[in-house]
Amino acid sequence: MKTQLKGLALAGFTSAAALFAMPASAVEIEYWQYFFDARVTAMDQLIANFEAANPDITVTMTHFPYADYRTKVAAAIPAGEGPDVVQLFYGWLNDYIESGLIQPLPADVFDPAMIDAEFFPMVGAMKVEGQYYALPTAVRSLALFYNTRLFEAAGIDGPPANLDELIADAEKLTERDAAGNITLEGITSGMTAQDHHWWREVLVRQYGGDPYMDDYRTVNYDTDAGRQALEFYSSLEQGLGVTASTFMDEPQAAFIAGRAGIHIDGSFRIGALADARGLEWAVAELPAGPDGTQSNYASYWVNAITSKAEGEKYDASVKFMEYLVSDEAMQIWLDVVGELPAKPSVGMTEANANNPVFGPFIRGLSYAHTTIFADESAQRQVMVDAVSRIQLERQSVADSLTQAATEEQAILDSYYNK
Amino acid sequence: MYRNLTIRQKQIVWAWAFLALPVVFYSVIRFYPTFNAILISFQDWNLLGARTWTGLENYEKLWNDAVFWKVFRNTFAYLLLGTPISLVLSFIVAYHLDKLRFMHGFLRMLYFLPFMTSAVAMAWVWRWFYQGVPIGLFNNILAGMGIAQINFLNSTTNALPAILAPAVWAGLGFQIIIFMAGLRAIPTSYYEAAKIDGVGWWTVLTQITLPLLRPTIVFIVVFSSIGFLRIFDIVFNMTTNNPGGPLNSTEPLVLMIYQTAFSSYDMGYASAQTVVLFTILLIVSLLQLRLLRSA
Amino acid sequence: MVAVPDVPIPSSRALLDTKPPRKPANMGQIIRWLLLFAGGVAMVMPIAYMISTSLKWPHEVYNVNLIPDDPTLDNYRYVLEDGRFYMWFWNSIIIATLTTASNLLFDSLVGYTLCKFRFPGRTIVFIAILSTLMIPTEMLVIPWYLMSQSFGWLDSYWGIMFPGMMTAFGTFLMKQFFESVPDDFIEAARIDGLNELQIWWTVAMPLVKPALAALAIFVFLGNWTAFLWPLIVTNSVDMYTIPVGLSGFGDEANVAWELIMTGAAISTIPTLVVFLIFQRFIIRGVVMAGLKG
Repeated sequence: MKTQLKGLALAGFTSAAALFAMPASAVEIEYWQYFFDARVTAMDQLIANFEAANPDITVTMTHFPYADYRTKVAAAIPAGEGPDVVQLFYGWLNDYIESGLIQPLPADVFDPAMIDAEFFPMVGAMKVEGQYYALPTAVRSLALFYNTRLFEAAGIDGPPANLDELIADAEKLTERDAAGNITLEGITSGMTAQDHHWWREVLVRQYGGDPYMDDYRTVNYDTDAGRQALEFYSSLEQGLGVTASTFMDEPQAAFIAGRAGIHIDGSFRIGALADARGLEWAVAELPAGPDGTQSNYASYWVNAITSKAEGEKYDASVKFMEYLVSDEAMQIWLDVVGELPAKPSVGMTEANANNPVFGPFIRGLSYAHTTIFADESAQRQVMVDAVSRIQLERQSVADSLTQAATEEQAILDSYYNK
Repeated sequence: MYRNLTIRQKQIVWAWAFLALPVVFYSVIRFYPTFNAILISFQDWNLLGARTWTGLENYEKLWNDAVFWKVFRNTFAYLLLGTPISLVLSFIVAYHLDKLRFMHGFLRMLYFLPFMTSAVAMAWVWRWFYQGVPIGLFNNILAGMGIAQINFLNSTTNALPAILAPAVWAGLGFQIIIFMAGLRAIPTSYYEAAKIDGVGWWTVLTQITLPLLRPTIVFIVVFSSIGFLRIFDIVFNMTTNNPGGPLNSTEPLVLMIYQTAFSSYDMGYASAQTVVLFTILLIVSLLQLRLLRSA
Repeated sequence: MVAVPDVPIPSSRALLDTKPPRKPANMGQIIRWLLLFAGGVAMVMPIAYMISTSLKWPHEVYNVNLIPDDPTLDNYRYVLEDGRFYMWFWNSIIIATLTTASNLLFDSLVGYTLCKFRFPGRTIVFIAILSTLMIPTEMLVIPWYLMSQSFGWLDSYWGIMFPGMMTAFGTFLMKQFFESVPDDFIEAARIDGLNELQIWWTVAMPLVKPALAALAIFVFLGNWTAFLWPLIVTNSVDMYTIPVGLSGFGDEANVAWELIMTGAAISTIPTLVVFLIFQRFIIRGVVMAGLKG
């Protein structure tokens, strides 16, 4: 009896203490993103900072493998289950708005005119009918990673500046065993990874083409430029033999293992490469085209408030969103994830723009293009299959490209005419 | 009131009391979803918007979908290669293992061990084996012997058999055990009679052993056919870079269903595919049960 | 010609309790043994390589030697460090255990009722349950998913478990085994004043223990390795089962094969150890469940 009373008193005391420590309005909001080690680490830091500044708000983060991410979000929010603040790919915005998954950002806090002025121009794509629906903490672009130790060993004094140099360097770097199998790739390749972006937005343009028309609703790469670009790309493996798309299963794995000289990848790979023991690497801008044209592909993930957030959770979500697009958050994201700040005020600082690692990516932003995908994985699959047909079924580049254009147009048509 | 019931009536009350929960379970978790799947197959629905009736549109789309026919062929390729190969291999092993006494249990253990693994884990193990030089085990061994590389997974002809191999491998142990149980059930008197008649081992095998193993064989064929028609785990995990690839050459029906439903959110189209799977399984099982009957 | 009489029904007893006839160790037998031994070694080779690679340092991973030069548990430390594998393990154990318990209870109850009671509707219930064997789970995942979504079962243990709480296979298996329980026993228990629930639990169930064990092995193993439905119904990494977690881990590890092999080994070794300890028992269970079900 006595102990019970004591326990009761103690319980009363602790709950009273908890009451004092946490204001009555302690709100818990949920944040979702996909799993990528560095992104999770960075977000943990941002959440800790945010919670320290706003002790009345708790943010819980949930993350999923990339492959499942979109499904999970789409399924959970209508069920009233998922996140209050969600990270989504820029290309999904229209889908999300149309499906009522997200709500516009309040104009009093996120003034559209201010955002237009403060962010890099590509962020304007997040504005629909004058209202911003989502904002990025960071943007990313492509660049060329190269293994400096292998370059030195092959007697190459710097990264390739154009496509001819790229081929020459790759040939010098490639090593083969007695039977002719590649044991060290000159350059990695794989449409399943980032190469479909490189091909679409960079190579096609460098050969004088324009991959899409009508706001990315019409395929426009079944042209001479497109054929030359695909010819170039497939010759890396077919004719020159300086790469093998299946080498070590995934292109970045080969580069991380020090078994590839050149690797084209996004800025999000920097973190993983920095962790790779014994790997010495540097970054350069993507090689220029035959006529000196430079191009790049930029993409970004944005944060948005879901339609599930209401009342006090909505207010807390707005505060959290504000923090996610602050200069402080962008600098943390850059330092931890290696993604480029979405505002020039952070990105174009002396230190950031001339950074040996981030510099080439940031400089790439000035001539970058953003593909507006209807269904990115399906459109990527079209390119994967186009190259497979050339490699495995000996289809001609021209025929394969025509088929790819037809397939991708069908995807676009069924998406936009629904 | 219960007291006034006859023994028979009490039994009826008890029976239905026992069955109440299970009947609800089977109705809600098995029968309702079956009809629901058939219903959705006549609708267009992307999980977010409204469901609309489309009649037979999903089935028409399926009929005209070149990828579906490829997947259909793949599914039967898994079945028509996998079932006979595993049947013959497991019978040969069981037949000979049955004649050995020395370290019998140990040998049986070696063959059975793969059955205890999970398909996901083994898919990744085999995926590594199949890589090219310098990392893949098989190709490294080939290279060490100076033999040309085999492109296991990135090939429209090799990939399906390469993915099938671990599936056969993992199921072999179970079939061997079942075969051995079947072999051991044949009374030794038949063999003794055959010995007295002085017939050769081939005649014994074809005239005594195999006919008497008929129920075992039918069981194994039914069991493994259903398994191969539903193959998914191993294909999914071995081709995560390019699901069902290259060029859909390894994609089985269940993977197509998964992608249509949970990657493209085309629930109606995916449901139509599940109805096709259901029909195939039904026909194959009924055919095989008929074979069993006619025995 | 030897006439073929009635086909004998195989049983687990015949497999495990009789030994193959002793034969003289002639050349043929020795060759047969050697070939079978070689085949058996080949069968376990993939498992051996998985374990061996998980014990190698990264620089040695792609050498074909089976015995690591300098074995290390470093990969295990790395993989287990963040605790995810423990969590997935725990999830799998809970799910497989609860599902198995539910199957043992309900499948035997239904099997018993269908076997030992005479009541209107018996045949219909029996045929209805049996007919669900014909419905592939792949057909049901979409409706199950929608159901889970509307009831809020997504990403929960119950969500993963509910489709498998009872199985027609188990029910049919148990019904077969209850046939061997003499009706006299049940009648005697009734005369002794036991109610039907007591009769089932205290009289009938103890008599079918081997069948219960066989069913338990089958259901547990099936749930332990289940992939498609857990992949669909789980959202958060915390709710993954071992196979789902491992599948995502493979891609996430940037194809560092020694880490993937370690993950695969972690998910496989426990079942292998359990099998090696209870080998006879498990093989008997598998044969019984396989042949009678």
